[in-house]
Amino acid sequence: MRAFATRLRTSRLTYLTLIAVLFFSAFPLYFSVVVASQDNSALGKVPPPVVPGANLVENVRRVFDTVPFDVALLNSLIVSSTITASVVLFSTLAGFAFAKLRFRARNAFLLIIVATMMVPTQLGVIPLYLMMIRLEWTDTLAAVIVPALVQAFGVFFMTQYLSEAVPAELIEAARIDGCATHRIFWSVVWPLARPGAAVLGMLTFLGAWNDYFWPLVVLSSPESQTVQVALSALRSGYVQDYSLSLTGTLLATVPLLVVFGLLGRQIVGGIMQGALKG
Amino acid sequence: MTATQTEVPTPVRRQRPSPRPRSLLYRLDLHASPYLYIAPFFVLFATFGLFPLAYTAWVSLHDWALLKDEHPFIGLANYRELLADDYFWNALGNTISILILSTVPQLLLALGLAHLLNSRLRGQTFFRLGMLLPNVTSVVAVAVIFSQLFGRDFGLINWILGQLGVGRIDWQAGTATSHIAISVMIMWRWTGYNALIYLAAMQSVPRDLYESATIDGASSLRQLTQITIPMIRPTIIFTVLISTIYGLQIFAEPQLFGGGGPSGITGGTDRQFQTLALYLYEHGFRGGFEFGYASAVAWVMFVVIVIAAAVNFLLIRRIRSSS
Repeated sequence: MRAFATRLRTSRLTYLTLIAVLFFSAFPLYFSVVVASQDNSALGKVPPPVVPGANLVENVRRVFDTVPFDVALLNSLIVSSTITASVVLFSTLAGFAFAKLRFRARNAFLLIIVATMMVPTQLGVIPLYLMMIRLEWTDTLAAVIVPALVQAFGVFFMTQYLSEAVPAELIEAARIDGCATHRIFWSVVWPLARPGAAVLGMLTFLGAWNDYFWPLVVLSSPESQTVQVALSALRSGYVQDYSLSLTGTLLATVPLLVVFGLLGRQIVGGIMQGALKG
Repeated sequence: MTATQTEVPTPVRRQRPSPRPRSLLYRLDLHASPYLYIAPFFVLFATFGLFPLAYTAWVSLHDWALLKDEHPFIGLANYRELLADDYFWNALGNTISILILSTVPQLLLALGLAHLLNSRLRGQTFFRLGMLLPNVTSVVAVAVIFSQLFGRDFGLINWILGQLGVGRIDWQAGTATSHIAISVMIMWRWTGYNALIYLAAMQSVPRDLYESATIDGASSLRQLTQITIPMIRPTIIFTVLISTIYGLQIFAEPQLFGGGGPSGITGGTDRQFQTLALYLYEHGFRGGFEFGYASAVAWVMFVVIVIAAAVNFLLIRRIRSSS
């Protein structure tokens, strides 16, 4: 009886703690809605507003007047989709090879993949910029897309996924039936890889959509900017216009929140699958 | 006798499924395909990832201004200049300070949260989704939102502090306060993500270990320190390394906290929160494109990252052997 009571008390505390954490997770996002729907004079009031106002539409209009935000959204969509398609395809191909094919130096290559997950490639920014000048890609979306076409994490993730999702017998059977490797990939492996590929696709899309440092460096004109660079431009005005910059933030975050609302479970599952098990 | 004779060859025949001789094409497909499939990753990664990183070392040995045609070799002069620059040491100190302030509480908190999530709970999925919500938000969005929350005059946090009688804090102006504000941004975005990573590892710890510990009367905290943490040590090492590598390259949070303009790049008017990545950006892309000097910064950052990762790795291994 006592043990039962203790367990009950602990779990109530657990719930309270977790609910507090959820509050802190969600509040900044809620607050950005509050600020985005006020005009700047309301933000200066004491106490500060904590419920949404009626100024959202006006603020959205101001965002589109200040920076070409529609172009930025389109650019981000192009960049993120292309990177996602490429990362998923190349990661699944390589993951298939690592998980299911036998070849010389396989383990050594796989070790390199894991090691490269920790290489801070951002530090190669200067030579990368020089390459983009040579290729005449500066200030074009290609400069953001091409260096991101492959990802070590993706290969690692698909290797883990495929080694469990594809039974070895299936591949053996396809070989006996005379399938070439590329047919095995498209007819046997790819259909089985799709759930994992979808998760990797979502994670990649989020990462590409949210990328900031390199796009800021290499994209300069407003017509080529991605959403994050446009947000930075909104923030960099001479006067701190919080309702303006937070409306931009909201516009850039809402698509992600919608995706998260629809597919959040899979994203959570994917992150936990990609984790190194203890 | 005849029975055995007919039985013996069968397995042999089964081992060679195709009676026709294997064509050259077939063998080529079998042996070359794996390399073909991993080639795109390695070729692209080598071209746009590893090569630029290595070439940084070469550029750093030159007086390499973007707008000049000549790039004379100057040996280690960039490094000498760099190590003599007080702003560099300032940026290094700020970076390490922000790294410690953001990573240590973050990972401890993530461990605790994962431990709570690992108990039998209603609404598991709901809580997990909530944990990950901040991570979906972009770094830029996080920095902009928290810059408003930490605002000196109209920020919500200062208003709450005012109500509590603590008084307003000019978060941006002070070294310690600005580091705290930036660390809060990093923590907010990454704590839940790391908690999920820990949770994934904790779920592969055998349940009966906890059951027998409960029977022995071990408290929840004791179970966390005595069973869970030793069992998921590889994951902890992994997250510490990743957080270190990420934390030493912090850029967007301080830049946007400082307003995104010139004051953002210097990390405040007194450089009180300029990180190494901002210092690199200032010299590489805002101060006459001094690519040689900026490359030296990048290469020093690389060395700092390797040392920090190695030190952390050894520290965590030490903890394991003492427990």
